[in-house]
Amino acid sequence: MPGFPYLPQTSRDIDEMLEVVGVKSVSELFKDIPEKFEVDISIPESKDEFSVLRDLSELSKNNVTLNDLSVFRGAGVYKHFVPSAVQAIASRGEFLTAYTPYQAEVSQGTLQMLFEFQTMICELTGMEVANSSMYDGASAAAEAALMAVRVRGGKKILLSEALHPEYIQTIKTYCFGSDIDVETVSFDSETGQIDIADLQKKLTVDTAGFVLGYPNFFGIIENLAEIRTRIGEKTMMIVSVNPIALGLLEAPGKFGADIVVGDGQPLGNSPSFGGPGLGFFASKESHIRKMPGRIIGETKDSDGRTGYVMVLQTREQHIRRNKATSNICSNHAFNALVASIYMSIVGSEGLREIARRSFDKAHYLTERISKTDHVRLVFTGPFFNEFVAQFDCDLEEFNRGLLKENILGPLELERFSKEMKNYGLICATEANLNEEIEFFAGRLEAIR
Amino acid sequence: MTVFDKSTEGRTGFFLPKEESYGYEPSDVLPENSVRKESPLLPQLSELQVMRHFTGLSEKNYSVDGGFYPLGSCTMKYNPRLNERIASLEGFSQIHPYQAEDTVQGALEVMYNLQNFLCEITGMDSFTLQPAAGAHGELVGMLLMKKYFELKGESNRKKVIVPDSAHGTNPASAVMAGFEVIEVPSNGNGRVDLRSLGEILDENIAGIMLTNPNTVGLFENEICEIQEMAHDKGALLYYDGANLNAIMGHARPGDMGFDIVHLNLHKTFSTPHGMGGPGSGPVGVKSILKDLLPVPVVRFDGSKFSLDYHLPNSIGKVRSFYGNFGVFLKAYAYILTLGGDGLKRASEMAVLNANYLRTRLSKLIPTAYPGLCMHEFVLKGSKLVSEYGVKTLDVAKRLLDYGIHPPTIYFPLIVDEALMVEPTETETKEALDNFADTFERILSEAKEDPNILKAAPQKTVVGRLDEATASRKPKTRWSKDT
Repeated sequence: MPGFPYLPQTSRDIDEMLEVVGVKSVSELFKDIPEKFEVDISIPESKDEFSVLRDLSELSKNNVTLNDLSVFRGAGVYKHFVPSAVQAIASRGEFLTAYTPYQAEVSQGTLQMLFEFQTMICELTGMEVANSSMYDGASAAAEAALMAVRVRGGKKILLSEALHPEYIQTIKTYCFGSDIDVETVSFDSETGQIDIADLQKKLTVDTAGFVLGYPNFFGIIENLAEIRTRIGEKTMMIVSVNPIALGLLEAPGKFGADIVVGDGQPLGNSPSFGGPGLGFFASKESHIRKMPGRIIGETKDSDGRTGYVMVLQTREQHIRRNKATSNICSNHAFNALVASIYMSIVGSEGLREIARRSFDKAHYLTERISKTDHVRLVFTGPFFNEFVAQFDCDLEEFNRGLLKENILGPLELERFSKEMKNYGLICATEANLNEEIEFFAGRLEAIR
Repeated sequence: MTVFDKSTEGRTGFFLPKEESYGYEPSDVLPENSVRKESPLLPQLSELQVMRHFTGLSEKNYSVDGGFYPLGSCTMKYNPRLNERIASLEGFSQIHPYQAEDTVQGALEVMYNLQNFLCEITGMDSFTLQPAAGAHGELVGMLLMKKYFELKGESNRKKVIVPDSAHGTNPASAVMAGFEVIEVPSNGNGRVDLRSLGEILDENIAGIMLTNPNTVGLFENEICEIQEMAHDKGALLYYDGANLNAIMGHARPGDMGFDIVHLNLHKTFSTPHGMGGPGSGPVGVKSILKDLLPVPVVRFDGSKFSLDYHLPNSIGKVRSFYGNFGVFLKAYAYILTLGGDGLKRASEMAVLNANYLRTRLSKLIPTAYPGLCMHEFVLKGSKLVSEYGVKTLDVAKRLLDYGIHPPTIYFPLIVDEALMVEPTETETKEALDNFADTFERILSEAKEDPNILKAAPQKTVVGRLDEATASRKPKTRWSKDT
């Protein structure tokens, strides 16, 4: 018998077990499967782990890693400094190999961690309640749109055109499923902020929610106070945030946001080619029963000891089935753990400093750009750590040149919009040291 | 004590490189109301304090690494550490989704090969890796159905049939795609009742969602008939891959006539459950549906891998980027390690383990359905109530005192006081024997003094928690005052 990894049965075990079961062979156990379906699949033969590791390590070298690059590209996935302790703690098997905390008494670690995570998300967003994670920012935003329709009625959702394009696509797909109309609201080509006139034009009595980015996809900070006033109380204000920016930007809750969502990748999670990160989802206490996803609450046991349990499970699919608030079951609890550890290590001071440095470096880059005639800052609106620049050279070619000098340059926005040819979205974070900033600025100035 | 209770003003575990600021002050540059007035209240701790806090939390968790975890329908098999190591290689974990394609050829190759492996394992023609979880895959499957019939001009098909034994995600996913759900009852053998199915199948049905083997651990042996009935009426057949671990390498849903399949890489392909996720729920389809898949799809032209966004009939995207790439790597490494021969062996051992444990436990309390099972089985706990005066919940809680995670309880809904047991192939015979012995001991305790079970657990960090109050007046965040 070949020694398959992870399969502990010896031939003696197998014989004994077959005898107890009362069958002669293992194949007899499969007798319910019609014979015509028996198949031999064509997958390469088993391999030892050392060979697999060698092969995949080799393959991984066909990728250029961010560790070898100065990264000026964000657009939803960001390179930040991550303390070594984050991965060290998170990789504990007690976290990694646990299931959903259905048996609360032996899942207090998970439950308390998620309770703390919810608290941190409430603190960041300025909201009253948060769930214990969604898949990613885009699907969280889509679930928020569905929730707005559940809470407010109506059948229309408005989306800012300056929302991340992949979020727009995702929300549209979810709304296709739920037969909800989607309309987009344009942005002001000067400021990069929402075009208020267009917003008001498209706002109707059956608009359940308006989804916008803060900062938006172009890095621009929207005027949430004004938008809140303009859309009125009947339409939910759904704000998609970059959590790092909230170290410095006023919390959307302070402006009366109804739902705040976002992607938690920047909070200590690896870029990992775009997944897994996590989505977070926060709202007002009064809407908690309409929220999707697992929510953890504090309670007591019969001896009065504090403990944590999943609450309001009657919203969820395993109880409510076709009447559930969402179909979500697996979430991204492990990535929420990573985010919690990260936030616990950086603390409120650390987060503010990360945000401040990101802001500072990005603004300095625009100062340098203002001195060249060949790169133009496109929007005048206030921004956080990303901004759009128009290049009067071929941006793809420029980026290929940068890559040779180990720089991941501006994201070509042409991939989302033909009109944005040679428009680049530039990002800076605390992980871009000043010497990298200077070098990159020099390359921008050298464009002729 | 929460992490917030341990916080001390002015303490930190975090230092950034010493650098000069360029002098841009948010308050100088931004509109006044955009600048945060009050810092978010995050904990302020030293790195060691954080390490101890979370280590302490981890010690309060049950895990596969810690012990037997026979949760039915969850496939809590061992999570090989090789896979973790591969996913954390910097060439995989430190890559940006918007890097130029020629700088991520290795990543695209992994995705392309994984898609092909999954096609081969399931007998489907095309796969998307985008869905983040099983339920997310179900949603994709249902959206594909909706789009398919819309394009065919059969938008009248607004209903989806789901067995009464189905996972709750099935009906919930169908509803999210705008379908009405009709339940088909199970027959006395725990399978779909064909007569009832025939009665509800008509031209308004878009599809049937099936799990095979189903949630009571039995193979739907009339699958050929079901397939014919569905397709005769123009409906599509959907395969919930939650239980693929039972037949992997032996039989393929594609050959059985399924049109859409979702898999759970976090069940069948050994990626860890991580306290609830991340999972990954790839969806495979027959060629009639391949142009409707979410974008992008990974292509290979013989020399270069690329992302194809040009599928005019695509349902769109269901999340950002390409899916849970970190999870793909683990499943890919698992498939490479076990190989075709090992995958087949794994499902054989999963079924053998389940049948062995079923045989032992069925001497104590009856199984819901007689005869052999596949990778899991369901015990009927009603005997616990009638003979011992205890409930399934009490037995489950008592198992915790013995350091064993209980099976899935009260599911499927069609079995009274259900206990659903899935040992998986990675458990030893000794572990199964220990579980059966413990179960027997608990039943004798129940006979002597049922209160032992009702008061359980006693040895865990907390006892049974007041869930009712927790949901009536939810306290879902820490606050200073309490």
